[in-house]
Amino acid sequence: MVATDKPKYKIIGTRPARPDGVDKVTGRAQYGADLKLEGLIYGAVLRSPHAHAIIKSIDTTKAEALPGVHAVATNADFPGSSNTTEILEPGKANERWAADNILAGPKALYHGHGVAAVAADDMHIAQDALALIEVEYEILPPVVDVQDAMQDGSPILHSGLRTGVRAAGVDTKSDIETNLASHMRLERGDVEEGFKEADITVEREFTSSQFHQGYIEPQNAAAWWSMDGRLSVWTSTQGAFSARDATADILKIPVSDIKVTPMEIGGGFGGKIPIYLEPIAAVLSKKSNRPVKMWMEREAVFQATGPTASSYSKVKIGVTREGKITAAYCTFAMGAGAFPGSPVGAGVQCALAPYAIENQVVDGLDVVLNTPKTAAYRAPGAPATEYAVESVLDEIAEQLDMDPIDLRLANVAEEGDRNSSGTPWPKIGAKEVLEAMKSHPHYLSEIQGEDVGRGIAVGFWFNGGMESSSSARVNKDGSIALIMGSTDIGGTRASIPMQMAETLGVTYEQIAPQVTDTDSVGYTAVTGGSRTTFAGGWVAYELGQMIKSEMKERAAKIWDVDSGSISYTDDGEIVGPNDKDGNEQKFSFNELAGKLQSTGGLIAVSASSSHTTQGAAYGGHIVDLKVDRDTGKVEILRYTAVQDVGTAIHPSYVEGQIQGGVAQGIGMALNEEYYYDDDGHLMNGSFLDYRIPVANDLPMLDVELVEVPNPGHPYGVRGVGEVPIVPPQPTIRNAMYDAIGVRFYHNPMSPRRVLDELL
Amino acid sequence: MIPEPKVISTTINGDEKQVLVSERDSLLEALRDRIGMTGAKEGCNNGNCGACAVIMDGRLVNSCCVMAVEADGSEVMTVEGLASREELHPLQSEFLQNAALQCGICTPGFLMSSYALLQEKPNPTEEEARFWLAGNLCRCTGYDKIIESVLTVAKG
Ligand code: FES
Ligand code: FES
Repeated sequence: MVATDKPKYKIIGTRPARPDGVDKVTGRAQYGADLKLEGLIYGAVLRSPHAHAIIKSIDTTKAEALPGVHAVATNADFPGSSNTTEILEPGKANERWAADNILAGPKALYHGHGVAAVAADDMHIAQDALALIEVEYEILPPVVDVQDAMQDGSPILHSGLRTGVRAAGVDTKSDIETNLASHMRLERGDVEEGFKEADITVEREFTSSQFHQGYIEPQNAAAWWSMDGRLSVWTSTQGAFSARDATADILKIPVSDIKVTPMEIGGGFGGKIPIYLEPIAAVLSKKSNRPVKMWMEREAVFQATGPTASSYSKVKIGVTREGKITAAYCTFAMGAGAFPGSPVGAGVQCALAPYAIENQVVDGLDVVLNTPKTAAYRAPGAPATEYAVESVLDEIAEQLDMDPIDLRLANVAEEGDRNSSGTPWPKIGAKEVLEAMKSHPHYLSEIQGEDVGRGIAVGFWFNGGMESSSSARVNKDGSIALIMGSTDIGGTRASIPMQMAETLGVTYEQIAPQVTDTDSVGYTAVTGGSRTTFAGGWVAYELGQMIKSEMKERAAKIWDVDSGSISYTDDGEIVGPNDKDGNEQKFSFNELAGKLQSTGGLIAVSASSSHTTQGAAYGGHIVDLKVDRDTGKVEILRYTAVQDVGTAIHPSYVEGQIQGGVAQGIGMALNEEYYYDDDGHLMNGSFLDYRIPVANDLPMLDVELVEVPNPGHPYGVRGVGEVPIVPPQPTIRNAMYDAIGVRFYHNPMSPRRVLDELL
Repeated sequence: MIPEPKVISTTINGDEKQVLVSERDSLLEALRDRIGMTGAKEGCNNGNCGACAVIMDGRLVNSCCVMAVEADGSEVMTVEGLASREELHPLQSEFLQNAALQCGICTPGFLMSSYALLQEKPNPTEEEARFWLAGNLCRCTGYDKIIESVLTVAKG
């Protein structure tokens, strides 16, 4: 059901076919691994069998001698890596870490860390060559758990890391080596006073495992480093420009020497923002003077890319008898993996965002571990922190004997309330979401049956703005070529042209969108953060306005009138004042397009913009589930996701984003997780053992769209893709209690953990 | 030692082809790297994702788990062979209209598995469709629109 008081649009809200769709259903679409180039050879990476080890030597002579092998690369081939120093200069550090993550520097820091690479005539020969590389390791004890890594005496990953963090119960003196990379705090009001006013205070601790983004397409990259110094890269990436810039940093060459062509991308969810293979393919290409294509094996994808941070959380919330929250104190520690940079900062900002809380402290700690360097994963950081808060609220609602939605309504953040950073909210739809949940037939229905339960929870994500660029050309038949810098991961070649068509009053079909390389369009930030339909829509709107005013100028020329006397209608008609004889003067868009060449040339416009008015968004979920007491398996019986989407540009893709996010969240709640053995080996690096939800694990996932338009966007767009992954973990956890009377404090609630509680 | 290359003859989407393959090539590698047909995708290379699904002699197989030399003398149908010269197969148009793909990397595999399902069971229930398609992973859609599309096409 869509709210009925929205402005009426002609194209926005319809469900046209996407322009890239035919190629994708016929197998013609070119993803990175599909690229064909003349003289292509294949690259592969040797990976560390140890989670933590000093690399004493690498001998590649035998591999190089194998017939069919063309080049070998190691960390020493990256000028940006520097094998020599461990001292971390601020600003310099990240660059070196980025190189050392791709191919290990002095130490291998996780199981599967890249150590060396080869390029050969085919993949089999490349694999043979890897087996001939001799690496001498000195094995060190690893640490893979967040809480262990913060203890005194824990194995230390980076001897140069001395951060002097003194907060949240930890105190690392500034001259002591630590795995604690940084601390951040958001603070408002007076928490001590706030807790004094509380009638009930609940404090709980939670942990969660590492989850992988689980995109079906492994990372890939191809490179051709021509003798003229120009480097061409083809890759499936969420951001062609960020991939270009990161490659330039590692290879220490100007960005203008690199052209990145984004190929079709087979899923990312944040995991295809970092680069992994591009600089290796480039070095191998330079050394062999051949184009080199690489893609990861699935096991390497699990071992060396993604995953999300594992986490430890402590949340304390005080409420009055009426259910008003008086204070909240939260501590979150997240495992960044082998190099600093977990998403704890975003998690800290999101933790309490659904609520207006006067007195609060939120601490975040970033911890390095002998696991792959974490990457963003859909609402990075938010699922873990909001899971802890939503779980505590469920326990509070029970103690107060209050409906859990009413408890949330009593504290919900509204326009003008301040968020954790102290900034007042613009118009947000949190309350509307809670109200829609409360009146939803799912929530009003009876549930019955043994070991059956219902739970609810809400989730928040701030959504992204950032820079986007596009250009557009009006052709003489009125069709419009729209060139975009944003890679299309799931339908933005439909949702952005739809907004341009709405602006211009033309048909969706006459706009031909294309995603292009980094030399052919202005700088565009990554497709991520639920920003692309928002920011790309802004640019499309701005281009539309430029085209409109240029069309009016041309009509003014033809009619010899002032352009101020010309209007542009919603239907794309250009209407002038009546002529001398009183006859109406007007052109359709296409008619006037046919006269552009004779009035100054075809119209070509381009625009770059960076708007910070992205609309924060809220979702609320309801689940009914059944627990099997014999196996510990949980069956999802019914699932409803309510979400404020601002304006649904293409409702089918909006629903699809929400359903996909919910399915991932269900996986996190019930069975996905990384298993490490005592030596830090990842034990389940395959889709068989890291089992993502399959079609018969799930029922239909019902979606209810609430549309509270974002006042900071011409069409009211908020982001959509990330919010839906936030509520499933607490929603399911709260329903588990309703079903079997057990409160869980760890995710996933896998069959083994459920049985541990029941037996 | 690099094994001697072998020539296999295989009918692919109705075209007879002689292909020089390595003995170590899977059918998926032969299709993608030797013939240059990249409609079948590699998601895992070990039989767990279904992105590489093709139909070989009437049977749905994961082509990453079939050796290329095993396909000698057989008939293979890939996603490239699903549409006729004039129009898309009903499964293809329904997937497209109903937004049953987001990134689309799983789509060739789902189309081939769904095609095989409808050959075997022209009128599956939702549960049957979900079980049949459980060997195909999709990380983007949550499966709703895929299952809906298959059931819509089955109903005609
Ligand atoms: S690539 Fe064959 S099943 Fe995954
Ligand atoms: S559409 Fe992306 S994996 Fe299915």
